[in-house]
Amino acid sequence: MKLKGLLSTAVAIATGLIVLVGYFVEIPILVNLRITILNWVILLAAVALFVGLFNLLAVHADKIRNKQKGGIYSLVLIFSLLTTLILGLWLRPDHALMALIFNAIQLPVETSLMAMLVVTLTYASIRLLRRRNNLISIIFLVTALLILLGTAPLPFVGYVPILSDLIRPFIAQVLAAAGARGILIGVALGSLTTGLRVLFGADRPYSSDPSRGGK
Amino acid sequence: MNWIGLAGFGLVVLSAILMAGLAFLRRKSTPVFREIPAFARLRKAIGLAVEEGSRLHISLGRGGLTTPQSAAELAGLEMLRRLSELTAASDRPPVATSGDGAITILSQNALLASEPAALSTGYDPTAARLTGLTPFSYAAGALPVMQDENVSANVLMGNFGVEVALLTDTAERGNTSTLAGSDNLSAQAILYASAQDPLIGEELYAAGAYIKARPFHTASLTVQDILRWLIVIAILVGALLKLAGVL
Repeated sequence: MKLKGLLSTAVAIATGLIVLVGYFVEIPILVNLRITILNWVILLAAVALFVGLFNLLAVHADKIRNKQKGGIYSLVLIFSLLTTLILGLWLRPDHALMALIFNAIQLPVETSLMAMLVVTLTYASIRLLRRRNNLISIIFLVTALLILLGTAPLPFVGYVPILSDLIRPFIAQVLAAAGARGILIGVALGSLTTGLRVLFGADRPYSSDPSRGGK
Repeated sequence: MNWIGLAGFGLVVLSAILMAGLAFLRRKSTPVFREIPAFARLRKAIGLAVEEGSRLHISLGRGGLTTPQSAAELAGLEMLRRLSELTAASDRPPVATSGDGAITILSQNALLASEPAALSTGYDPTAARLTGLTPFSYAAGALPVMQDENVSANVLMGNFGVEVALLTDTAERGNTSTLAGSDNLSAQAILYASAQDPLIGEELYAAGAYIKARPFHTASLTVQDILRWLIVIAILVGALLKLAGVL
């Protein structure tokens, strides 16, 4: 490992340990140090956002320059980004025009994409049995169907007795909740060990040095 | 410190001691893992990408480093680093997309790490990209990458929400394989229905060990198993004490 890599690893491990211990042990100096470090992180994240925006501009400018497929969309993206950025800096984000841009453009577009998910997920459910024709897939689909039928009132029938009152709540509040908690415990344990690997310097996402050894 | 804080701190310290000890003890032994078919297929996809000169697309989701979902992003970054090293001999480096500025910078770092091993290509700074800052703008920005950049396999690892269905659907239409995992429950359910190779629960965090195992990675999997058993015992004891009227 180069000196630069050693230094960055030492700084990362030290700051990680201070934040972690400061979270659990309430010694004033440690707590203050933790808050200061976290404030620096927030500032750096904001700077990183700007770097990310330049990256976005560079990628789309390349697309236009090299006359790649979809270059016209890149032009629209760059124009929209710069217009919104200039207007936001000039008028400030709480101006009525900025709210209009968000409510009239961003919100409807994202809502349309959300609506597309209905079709995408229905299609995915149909394909599920073709892709994985096993018992778990059948249980998955039957459960989804029971929850749908038990949640939405049917035309002329309304809520389906037994299904809406007993079966759906049992599946959602007992079976699904138990399964979800099990998965969340697994995710929490995975998060813990991933964080510890970074604290040990085994994973170094902040370093551009090649990985060491391994099988 | 209250008793919950003390228990949490104790759990972290116990995990750290176990992980360091196991990594030291098993540093020379060959790790044996439970077979997860998704990773076997990914290894084939890596070989295929190198042979036919196509690209891998690694999508890191739209989580950030300052959010509670940062562990999923770190797992994705570790996967990106390993995949970029494994495909370093390829004509085309992997392309990484993310929805956070800091993650984009770190993914550029991960790709840069494999540069010295590259045979025919130099480092391409636009190979790691920020595609959008909101969930759907991120997905909309990642779709053209999957469609137009000669991608043969997609690895979606990080924090995704329901928008991940748009990505898996595009991969399916392009006949490209998809290995996908998220820390979000809704996304996991969607991935089970729509992805070719979904990773459920903690499988997301085990990906690094399955692709290129190192002592700390194998030790972290063992620590997870030990902690899981401790939690099972605690739940059973708690239930019995509740039944007995002690709690």
